[in-house]
Amino acid sequence: MIITELKPLEEIAAAVKTHMNALIVACGGCTTVYRTGGRAEAENLKNSLEAKGIKSTVTLVTRQCNKQMVTSTLQPLIGNYDIIVSTACGVGPQVISDVFGNIPIFPAQNTKFITKYDPEIEKFSEYCRACGECIIHETGAVCPITRCAKSMLNGPCGGQTNGKCEVGGWKNDCAWVLIYDRLKTQGKLDLFRKFRPPQDNRLSNSPRYMTRERKETA
Amino acid sequence: MIQKIYSDLMRSLSEGKFIFTGEIEPVKTTNIYEMIETAKILKEHVVAANVTDNPAGLAYMNSLVPSYIIQKEASLEAIYQITCRDRNRIAIFSDLLAAGALEIKNVLALTGDHTALGDNPQAKPVFDLDSQQLVYMIRKMVDEGVDLTGHQIENPPKFHVGVAAAPAAQPLEPEIIKLERKASLGAEFVQTQVVYDIEIAKKFLDDTQHIKIPVLIGICPLKSVGMAKWMAKNLPGVIIPDGVMDRLKKAEEKSKEALTQENIEIFGELIKEIKKTRASGVHIMAVHYPPAELSFLLTGMLSSA
Repeated sequence: MIITELKPLEEIAAAVKTHMNALIVACGGCTTVYRTGGRAEAENLKNSLEAKGIKSTVTLVTRQCNKQMVTSTLQPLIGNYDIIVSTACGVGPQVISDVFGNIPIFPAQNTKFITKYDPEIEKFSEYCRACGECIIHETGAVCPITRCAKSMLNGPCGGQTNGKCEVGGWKNDCAWVLIYDRLKTQGKLDLFRKFRPPQDNRLSNSPRYMTRERKETA
Repeated sequence: MIQKIYSDLMRSLSEGKFIFTGEIEPVKTTNIYEMIETAKILKEHVVAANVTDNPAGLAYMNSLVPSYIIQKEASLEAIYQITCRDRNRIAIFSDLLAAGALEIKNVLALTGDHTALGDNPQAKPVFDLDSQQLVYMIRKMVDEGVDLTGHQIENPPKFHVGVAAAPAAQPLEPEIIKLERKASLGAEFVQTQVVYDIEIAKKFLDDTQHIKIPVLIGICPLKSVGMAKWMAKNLPGVIIPDGVMDRLKKAEEKSKEALTQENIEIFGELIKEIKKTRASGVHIMAVHYPPAELSFLLTGMLSSA
């Protein structure tokens, strides 16, 4: 899923205060799951803004990345507001604006990355960069594109010591030492020895689109 | 296998001579004269000199122009360093064609230090290629006369391609496998990260015996105890033995001259030990010395070795 982080309250308040009537739109997707921008967090935001004398109303769209859900949920009420504050990832406010382009919108969140979640230590780690060509079956199920600071396909580089990466001050694991350890355990070091030629970056160049055959639901 | 020899560096290596290479680090300046003066000093001691490409991600003068200038103005053969940090495959390819036109004969293919470590950490790290993919591209250019997608190059360049290795890497096995990859792609020589402990060099040379390309062991004189401590703390794979540190400390307490003399002795001894191994030479990374001091240091180190 996608992890997001709420912008500082002052930043949100500054953007909203010049408007008369704000609608905070929570998202029932990733931001609800990770408790960064679901209904509860949107209500908290509403209360914090109210403490600053800014009035707002909260509603929830089940998935803000779904154009149909955005349209059907917001259509009946959007006319009452002169600014929208979305607590979804970066996709949500854009979809809302694609549908209701006449109303200004403020993204209340900074979108971080596609994440792994470790609840014991409340840690989020970037695990996939959506490069468009998954090779982790060859790399011990460790993604070097995402988890190596240089996205090397033929690591490790000289910037690791005892399996830690110099980028970030020796705190993070060197993806290529992880790959080496795991492939060695699996008896598959032949995959580690393999040379991987330069990637086809066309697969990850933005903007990307995908269509699929439309399925009629019963 | 080396089919043709284009450079003095490869000629010396193929003749089995124990050789020295030096290093020139362009900095944040438009002044090229000090580099030429340094090159003239190096010329008396080394076969060729590396010209660094924004080492540690520091935004400096590029490596191509000084590589050309030291060949032209000081008759010192260049080992043109290229990292993959700042340019994509198109830009690197383009620079390599220019290097060919400027009669650069040796290229050192590096992945490059991450932008996060440099003086413009906000920069976008490119890494479109890595060191091995760069070797692969250079071999295509030289051997097949084509770019990465097979387009013909009119008048292909003639380069020898070298690579780096980290003898003190922990764990060492993945580093050795990486060097195997580099060699099988057609890398022709290796210059290592700095080594201060002969045992580390010996172990690395033993463990890489099966990789049949010449190895130059990297050394780097220490200008001060502070620099030595900084390197040991911040540079991965740099281990400075306590004995070396103690000798430096004692010398530094005496005088600047004593420190230079101690460096001459420490590195003269180290070179002497490296000469006993299967290494093909020593790569001396003595950068940012005033020309006269560099001359004194190199003369001392190499005559005592």
